[in-house]
Amino acid sequence: MTNVSVQSPNNNMQAGYAAKRRAANIAIYIILSIMVVLWIFPIFWLVIQAFRGEPGISTSYLFPKQWTFDNFIRLFVERDDVTGEIVPQSEMIYPYGKWILNTLFVAICSCIISTLIILMVSYAFSRLRFKSRKTFLNLGLILGMFPGFMSMAATYNIMEIFGLKQSLFGLILVYSAGAGLGYQVSKGFFDTIPRSLDEAAKIDGATRNQIFWIIILPLSKPIIVYTALTTFIGPWGDYIFVSYFMKANKDNFTVALGLYSMLEPEHITEYFTTFCAGAVLIAIPITILFIIMQRFYVAGVTGGAVKG
Amino acid sequence: MDYLDYVQMTRGQKIAYKIKSFFTGIPGAIVNLFKAIGLFFKSIFIFIGRGFKNYGTRFVNGDIGTKLSYVIMGAGSMMHRQIGKGLLFLAAEVAYFYFMATFGITYITKIYSTNVVIDGYDNQIFNGVIGSEAPRYEVDPLGLGGKKMINVDTVDDSNRILLFFVLTVLVSIAFFAVYIANTKSAYSSYEIIKSGKKPMGTIEELKMFLDERFHVTLLVIPVVLLLLFTVLPILFTICIAFTNYDIDHQPPGNLYWWVGFENFADVFYSNPMKSETFGKILVWTLVWAVFATFTNYIFGIILALMINKKEIKFKAFWRTMFVITAAVPQFVTLLIMRLLLGESTGLNVLWGTQFPFLTDVTWARVTVIIVNMWVGIPYTMLISSGLLMNIPEDLYESARIDGANAVQQFTKITFPYIFFVTTPYLITTFVGNINNFNVIYFLTGGGPSPASYYKAGQTDLLVTWLYKLTVNTSDFNLAAVIGIFVFIFCAAGSLITFNMSKSSKNEEEFS
Repeated sequence: MTNVSVQSPNNNMQAGYAAKRRAANIAIYIILSIMVVLWIFPIFWLVIQAFRGEPGISTSYLFPKQWTFDNFIRLFVERDDVTGEIVPQSEMIYPYGKWILNTLFVAICSCIISTLIILMVSYAFSRLRFKSRKTFLNLGLILGMFPGFMSMAATYNIMEIFGLKQSLFGLILVYSAGAGLGYQVSKGFFDTIPRSLDEAAKIDGATRNQIFWIIILPLSKPIIVYTALTTFIGPWGDYIFVSYFMKANKDNFTVALGLYSMLEPEHITEYFTTFCAGAVLIAIPITILFIIMQRFYVAGVTGGAVKG
Repeated sequence: MDYLDYVQMTRGQKIAYKIKSFFTGIPGAIVNLFKAIGLFFKSIFIFIGRGFKNYGTRFVNGDIGTKLSYVIMGAGSMMHRQIGKGLLFLAAEVAYFYFMATFGITYITKIYSTNVVIDGYDNQIFNGVIGSEAPRYEVDPLGLGGKKMINVDTVDDSNRILLFFVLTVLVSIAFFAVYIANTKSAYSSYEIIKSGKKPMGTIEELKMFLDERFHVTLLVIPVVLLLLFTVLPILFTICIAFTNYDIDHQPPGNLYWWVGFENFADVFYSNPMKSETFGKILVWTLVWAVFATFTNYIFGIILALMINKKEIKFKAFWRTMFVITAAVPQFVTLLIMRLLLGESTGLNVLWGTQFPFLTDVTWARVTVIIVNMWVGIPYTMLISSGLLMNIPEDLYESARIDGANAVQQFTKITFPYIFFVTTPYLITTFVGNINNFNVIYFLTGGGPSPASYYKAGQTDLLVTWLYKLTVNTSDFNLAAVIGIFVFIFCAAGSLITFNMSKSSKNEEEFS
C-alpha cells in the first residue's frame, strides 16, 4: 500500500522472520522442558523413594540422606524383628515373590487363551461373510457399553457355583472370556490384508480353515504380537475386578492387589518405601513392553478411522 | 438458508449459525434415534413373523418325515438318510428335556413364589419371592437372644435360583434355535430328495465347518464363554435392579423378592436422599467427562504439534519422556500422585504446607481433572503424532504459497483434519471418561464425603458410586439401577453423536 514495504530490502524481512522463528522454537523448547519435568517428577519421586533408607511416608527433603537396596531385598526376604531370622515365604505379611508368580501365571495363561480367542473372532468378522454377522457385531457393541464392573457381583456368584471363587483359574477364565469383545483392533488389521489373497487360495482349492492357518496368520505377526502383549499386560494393572474377586484371600493376590494392600493405614509408614521398590520392579518390564508396542497402539486406535 | 446466504455472512454470524445448527440438530438426532429404535423393533417383528410363517409352510408342505421332526427332532433327517445328523438332533432334544426335568423346572417354579419371610421384625407374606423355602429360625432356647436357622439343608438361596433361572432361559433359547434348525434341515433335505438328488452325508456336512461354515467353528467357543461370563452376569444384574437385594436381604440367611420399579423410583425421585445424591453425582460426572475429554484432547494435540514441529530436535527423546509416564501401570502412578498430594504427605511435607489438594471439594475436583491431564495427554499426543505425519505435505505448501500463516494453517488444515479423523475416538474417550474409575478411585476415593450424600462423596462418579454400593454397602439393587442408567446414557449418547457426525458430513461443503 505504501512505498515503504517495496523499498525495504527483502533479506531484511527474512532476517526478521528467522529471528521470530528462532524465538518461537526457543519458547517451545522451554515449554517442552517444563512439561517433561512436571511429567517425570512423580515417577522420579517414586524411584528415589524406592532407594530411601529412612522409613516413613514422606520426608521434608527431596533426596534421601541414606541410599539403600534394602527395600528391594525386603520384597523377597523378610527378617524377623526380634530374632533376625529369615521368615519363610508362607508367613510373610507381603509375599511379593508369590504375587509375581501368581500374576505371571494368570498373565501367561490368559494371554495365550485371549490371543487365540481374539484372533478367531476378528478373523471371522473381518474375512468371512455370513448371515448373522451384522447382528453379532451390533450385539458386541452393545455388550461393550455396559460399565465393566456392573456385573462383578454376579460374576463372583457364578464362579462360586463353579467352585472357582477366589482362585487363579477363575481369574484366568474371566479375563479370557471377556477377550471375545476386544476384537476391534485386530479386525481393523485383518481388514487391510487384500482379499485377493483369499480368492486366489480359494481357486487353488484351499478351505477357509487352511486360508486362516496357512495364509492369513503368517501375515499377521505384528497384530499377534500386539494382541499378546496387551493381553499379557492386562492382569498386571487390573485392580478393580481382582480386588472384588479375591476378597481377603492373600495367597492368590496379584501384584496390583498386593501392592495396594501395602498402603493399608496400619502398615503404610513401615512399608511405604517397600511399596515403591515393588512398584518400580514391575513398572520396568511393563514400561519396556509398552514402548515396544506403542506404534501398534496408535495404528489400532486410528486405523479404522483413517480409512473411514 | 442456502449456500449463498451462508457465504455472505460475517465470521461471527457463521460461528453463531454453526452453534445454532448444532443445538437445533439435537432434537432431530434424538428423533432419528427413536426412529432407528422403532425400525429395529419393526425388523425384529418382521423377522419373527416371517419365521412363524415359514415354520407353518414347512409343516404343511413337508412330507411325513418333516412333519414328524416337529415333534421328534431328527426324525426327518433320519428318514432322509442323514442318520448321523438325525441322531445329533435327537440327542439334543433328549438332553434338553433331561436338563429341564432334573434342573430347569425347579428354578422356573421357584422364581416367583408366595412366601412368608421375615422383613424387619415381622413375618409377612410377600408375592414374587425368589425361593419357596424361606429360612426358619428357632429362638435360642438358652435365651441368649441369638437365633438359629433350623432348615439349613433345605433353605433356598435367591442368588442361586435367579442365576439358574436366567441360565435356564438362555439354554431354552439356544434349544429353540436348534429346534428350528432341525425343522429347516428336515424340510430342505426333503426338497433335495424330491428333486431327485441325494442329500449330503454327515461327514460331508461336518467338513463344511472347516469351509463354508468356518465362522461357526471360530465363533462357538468365544460366544459360549461370553454367554456364560458376560451375558449371564449382565442379565442377572439387570434382574437384580427389579428386586430388593440389599444389605437387609442377603442370601443365604434371607430371601429377596421382586419389587418392580421401586428401585428406579427411589433413585430418580421418591427417596430424597438417594435421588439428590444421584442428581449431584450425575451433574459432576458430566462436568468431569467434558473437562477430562477436552483438556486432554486439546493439550494433547498442542503437545504433539510442538514435538512434531520441523525445527524441533530430539523428537524421539521428548516423545519417550511422555510415553514413559503412560507406560507405568496406572494404579502405581495414581497411588503415587495421591501420596504426593496428600494433606500430610509428599509435596506438603516437602514444602512444609498443608494445602488441601484432595480434601477440599473445589480443589479436589480441580486436582482430579489436572491429574487426569497428566495421565491422558501422553496418549492423545501419541495418537495425534501418528495422524500429523499422515497429513499430506503439499496441503501446507499450497497454503503457504497462498500466504497462510501458521495460525491459519492450524485452524484451516491441521485441526479440521485431526478433528475429522478423531471424532469416533473423541466419542469413545467421552464414554470412557464417564466410566473413568481409576483416576477418581485411586486419587480421592470419591471424597470428601459429606453426610448429605448417600454412601458417596463429592468427587464420586456414577461408576465409582456403583462400585462403592456393590463393595462397601452391598446395595446390589441400587448399583444395578445405576449400571443400567449408565448403559442407556452412554449407548444413547454415542448413537446420537454418531448420527449427528454423519449428518454433519453433508454440511462439510459449507466451511
